[in-house]
Amino acid sequence: MAKKIVIEPVTRVEGHGKVTIQIDDNNNIIQSRLHIVEFRGFERFVLGRPYWEAPVLVQRLCGICPVSHHLAAAKAMDVIVGAGTGEGLTPVAEKMRRLMHYGQIFQSHSLHFFHLASPDLLFGYDALPEKRNVINIAIENKDLAVQAVLMRKFGQEVIARTAGKKIHGTGAIPGGINKNLSIKERDELLKGPNPFNADMMITWAKAAIDFFKSYYKKNKDFIDNFSKFPSNHLSLVRKDGALDLYHGVLRAVDENGKKILNDVDYQDYLEYIREEVRSWSYMKFPYLKQLGPDKGWYRVGPLARLNTVDFIPTPLAQKEFEEYKSITGKISNICLHTHWARLIETLHAAEMIRDLLNDPDLQSENLITKGTKAKRGIGLIEAPRGTLFHDYEINDNDQIIKCNLIVSTTNNNQPMNESVNFIAKSLINGKSNISESMLNAIEVGIRAYDPCLSCATHAFGEMPLEITLIDSKGNIIDKKSK
Amino acid sequence: MPNKKKIIATTSLAGCFGCHMSFLDIDERILDLIELVEFNKSPINDIKKFTKHCDIGIIEGGCCNDENVHVLKEFRKNCDILISLGECAIMGGLPALRNGIPLSECLEEAYLNGPTVKDANPRKIIPNDPDIPKILNKVYPCHEIVKIDYFLPGCPPRADLIWNALYALVVGNEMLIPYEVLKYD
Ligand code: SF4
Repeated sequence: MAKKIVIEPVTRVEGHGKVTIQIDDNNNIIQSRLHIVEFRGFERFVLGRPYWEAPVLVQRLCGICPVSHHLAAAKAMDVIVGAGTGEGLTPVAEKMRRLMHYGQIFQSHSLHFFHLASPDLLFGYDALPEKRNVINIAIENKDLAVQAVLMRKFGQEVIARTAGKKIHGTGAIPGGINKNLSIKERDELLKGPNPFNADMMITWAKAAIDFFKSYYKKNKDFIDNFSKFPSNHLSLVRKDGALDLYHGVLRAVDENGKKILNDVDYQDYLEYIREEVRSWSYMKFPYLKQLGPDKGWYRVGPLARLNTVDFIPTPLAQKEFEEYKSITGKISNICLHTHWARLIETLHAAEMIRDLLNDPDLQSENLITKGTKAKRGIGLIEAPRGTLFHDYEINDNDQIIKCNLIVSTTNNNQPMNESVNFIAKSLINGKSNISESMLNAIEVGIRAYDPCLSCATHAFGEMPLEITLIDSKGNIIDKKSK
Repeated sequence: MPNKKKIIATTSLAGCFGCHMSFLDIDERILDLIELVEFNKSPINDIKKFTKHCDIGIIEGGCCNDENVHVLKEFRKNCDILISLGECAIMGGLPALRNGIPLSECLEEAYLNGPTVKDANPRKIIPNDPDIPKILNKVYPCHEIVKIDYFLPGCPPRADLIWNALYALVVGNEMLIPYEVLKYD
């Protein structure tokens, strides 16, 4: 008799999901699935709205990284108002947006690492569930908790000063931005009393990497073997191959690092990307068209980015990147390396914030570019969790008549399913008892992607973790949930 | 009983999690808060089912599927006070923009007509597995499903508003909410 295991809700990830695992009489895994259980219908209900609303509307898909949606939509609208495809903005407009975005990367990566993932590292994924959370970090290691809170706060304050508001701001508008950065705002971030300033954030980001590296030294086996499988990797890269989270060309590499999408213009993304629909998840499954759904799926996010880029254009992060590469080799297919990659990006974001704050362009007045109107606009950005696609078409009345969104976590749909399957096979196969820590291990695998399931289904909540045991005839034998 | 910590549970239904993020924007005050309260079921920890009766339940998001309704009813059963946090919980918010549109059109746009699916979904699959919840005909605000005791407006409500309201509830003060922290966006 086969059984089905359901894990519901998956917690400490930003979204709504549930895992089901089917096992046969000998407790071997037949099938495992991560279901995304939310549906919003964004693509339909933005139709008919005026195009300039998109940057403020669509970010309400996700309150965790609203800036990414805000900016991806704004970049698409830049094309529509004739302000170019990423390079046509005035220096102050582009740099304000970059500052907003790196503030977002910094807060989101800090949130993920400290608030959501680190409890598993600090306390172990087999620790008691009531211990495995950020509140327990606050109780057991107050200094670390204060640091976590302040790092996130710093990123949020950068966003507030560029977007006007910490969550769901309005700073980016089609063709530019609606404010520059005053000297006072600049100095609050650049020269704030310790620890609240850009230099301290660099120091702390560096310390977080050191924390991970020393953890890695002691737990190399666990990190390297917990979940790994070959895949393609995709991201935007700057034209010269540098890491650039705001703008670039699309690059994909295969499991060995060979380029399979060679720095193409993302305005042509439809030539390269398709999505598969499966009946058991509201989240679609994107893939590279040339390779088809079975071979063409890819990972996005910090791990993928450090696989696609050639270098990082800030010195401290570049140094860490070199050390990381000396251990992972040309390419890493190891899921938990994502945490390491994410921290290197956090450091890069802190360096970028400091450099941008020092740039006098941010005080210029020339906020908007105007041009000839176009009917179609596509905007991509590297959100904290990976490549985010926004695609809009408008009519003569300036109403949106088509909208396509492929959000970061959707791109990671197949990889997350692969991780669930890998971990389920390595921990549950052949075992007759399923323990809480095995279930959490599966969540740890999902959590590494920092899935923002909220945006992915164009929704959020808590992720169900419920395991159902089903027999070979499909009857439910046992159900365990936490 | 004096000095007994109040117990709080939180959930996100059809919300974007921005309200939870705004809650975290109370920043350092979170460390004061955990001196005053204990968290039960919440997406920020691993407590997936209520393990205790709670004093305060905080709800983000309205109800867009049968599971949201179920969770909301569970919250009503297990919490003395329920707060609708943010526009989505209070009136459906942005997701309720679909309320004037037949659900089938929303599904078709997402799974059949989108530029990256229209030539890639030959069997015209629309997700419908029994393992995923059923979507409701429209998005319902929380107070249409259960009784809600307090409403905190904003999209999201400002961190100061959340803090003031929670602090007042926890220590039993009157809620003093300055006009500037009430925002209806
Ligand atoms: S009220 Fe606004 S911030 Fe809160 S869940 Fe709804 S869209 Fe997100």
